[in-house]
Amino acid sequence: MAKVLMKGNEAMALAAIKGGCDAFFGYPITPQNELPEYLSYHMEANNRIFVQAESEVAAINMVYGAAGSGARVLTSSSSPGIALKQEGISYLVGSELPAVIINVMRGGPGLGGIQPSQADYNQITRTGGNGDMKVLSFAPENLQETVDIVKESFDLADYYRNPVMIAVDGLIGQMMEPVDMDKPIRKINLPKKDWAATGESKKRGKRNKIVSLHLDPYKLEEHNLALQKKYDKMIENEQRYEMVNMDKNPEIVFVAYGSMARIARSAIEMLAEENIHVGMLRPISLFPYPQKAFDNLPKETKTLLTLEMSLGQMIQDVKIASNGKHNIEFYGRTGGVVPEAEEIVHKVKSILKEAKS
Amino acid sequence: MKTKTVYKPTDGLVDRDLSYCPGCTHGIIHKLVGEVLSEKGLIDEAIGVASVGCSVMSYEFFNCDMQQAAHGRAPAVATGIKRVRPESAVFTYQGDGDLASIGMAEVVHAAHRGENMTVIFVNNAIYGMTGGQMAPTTLIDQKTTTSPTGRKKKGAGEPIRVSEMLATVPGATYLERVSVHDPKHMRKAKKAIEKAFDVQMNKQGFSMIEFISTCPINWGINPNDSLKWSVENMIPYFPLGVYKDSTKEDSNE
Repeated sequence: MAKVLMKGNEAMALAAIKGGCDAFFGYPITPQNELPEYLSYHMEANNRIFVQAESEVAAINMVYGAAGSGARVLTSSSSPGIALKQEGISYLVGSELPAVIINVMRGGPGLGGIQPSQADYNQITRTGGNGDMKVLSFAPENLQETVDIVKESFDLADYYRNPVMIAVDGLIGQMMEPVDMDKPIRKINLPKKDWAATGESKKRGKRNKIVSLHLDPYKLEEHNLALQKKYDKMIENEQRYEMVNMDKNPEIVFVAYGSMARIARSAIEMLAEENIHVGMLRPISLFPYPQKAFDNLPKETKTLLTLEMSLGQMIQDVKIASNGKHNIEFYGRTGGVVPEAEEIVHKVKSILKEAKS
Repeated sequence: MKTKTVYKPTDGLVDRDLSYCPGCTHGIIHKLVGEVLSEKGLIDEAIGVASVGCSVMSYEFFNCDMQQAAHGRAPAVATGIKRVRPESAVFTYQGDGDLASIGMAEVVHAAHRGENMTVIFVNNAIYGMTGGQMAPTTLIDQKTTTSPTGRKKKGAGEPIRVSEMLATVPGATYLERVSVHDPKHMRKAKKAIEKAFDVQMNKQGFSMIEFISTCPINWGINPNDSLKWSVENMIPYFPLGVYKDSTKEDSNE
């Protein structure tokens, strides 16, 4: 199919419609507003549901209700709004409901700022809400990858009966790139939603209850162990990553995702002109973290340079994944400052200089 | 001998023990809602939303599909359900801590949007499940575990009247406050529930029935005197009656 030039937020909105999203519930927040704005018209035009909720809290609970009724549901927000949604996300996980959540990240803490950031890494990959919970999460770096992942996420959410979060930053939300909206995605066989509370108890022959409450601690433990099995399955099946320049057996490898990986690509090209060959391990899934990629690093690789638009949140996962095999370095900017490729080049040179002395 | 059935439990409720304290009126209100859903033939297409508080377990009692909501969020959850299942009979069952405190925004905006759903609001002027703390509906001078010398206007404010407040919201269609302290009022309350579900099934918009209820355990009064206390103290401050009925006006659609 022909590519169309689209803005990131609008491309994600259209991808949601193409991915079979039945209902959207959201609340305005910069820098994701073009997404609900696009859907406010196009959902209705496609006979689907759009509601602008009174708050992020209400929006995620509308998602919870609609998902419990068996619909394919989307909400979108940005960092502080995602923080508000975390209670509802915990309920979705606990009640095993599918939903897709788009997080167009901005700087924090608090109201922070509206410029691009990756400082939600811990909020996304640790437990954003209460309890032993995990959210399948992806951090694409360009619009084509973003669109493909948004479309696939509705299937993945249904397959795992778990929320899926797509974490992009304000840069990806706001930039324009050509995308093929109809690129085929992998097909997943989805089970019937025989658990949904659809208001058809007679037809079904039993009542369905959507619940995350288990007052008996042994029952709750049993439930949590069953959820853990799903997380283990995600770790087994959904690790996604890209390896760049590994055929050069680089001594230094960047670990970067999302917009930071785009900037790292420029740094790789600039360094290559000076005959310095650096590689990149680009996580695409944040949970599960792509451990498999670290297991496949060239044996010549000595240093992993973690690059983030935060003060170093992913660095913990890099250390765990490397498991002491590499020297771990970090470079990052925070508060919505997007680093220049030159800053990364400078950091690489200082690492090489230090290694020589 | 020929026997005649004069009374049987409603199939609108699951046949099991309720989790409520002895003498609490939740049981009566459950029964009335269950009867209405059953008699109107709605129980098989109903989706109920349980809240947080004493009625958290109501998903075990209403004999239909149920979803349990986070504290105060039931009207938002019900919005999500109703928007994707517009033909279902969707209702929330909430207490006064859940609805009038933490969930005030959700109920106001559900009414404001004219969501075509029914809210069953049980007001007993106290937080029951957590052990008797002050609620937004606690009366002036009423003693609770967090107002041990009685609620004072200064600092705690005066009790919120939810039905009166929602009556000022243009989107609300039908609002009535009822009591279940004697059989006469129970019959009236049942009629109110019937009306509320009629409004919903006729796609006329948001309906809420507020019940004056009791909490003998946390009030520290025996069940009979609790009913008397609710009549003497609550009803004067929370008068019974229809607070809004715009069913005669143009439909919301």
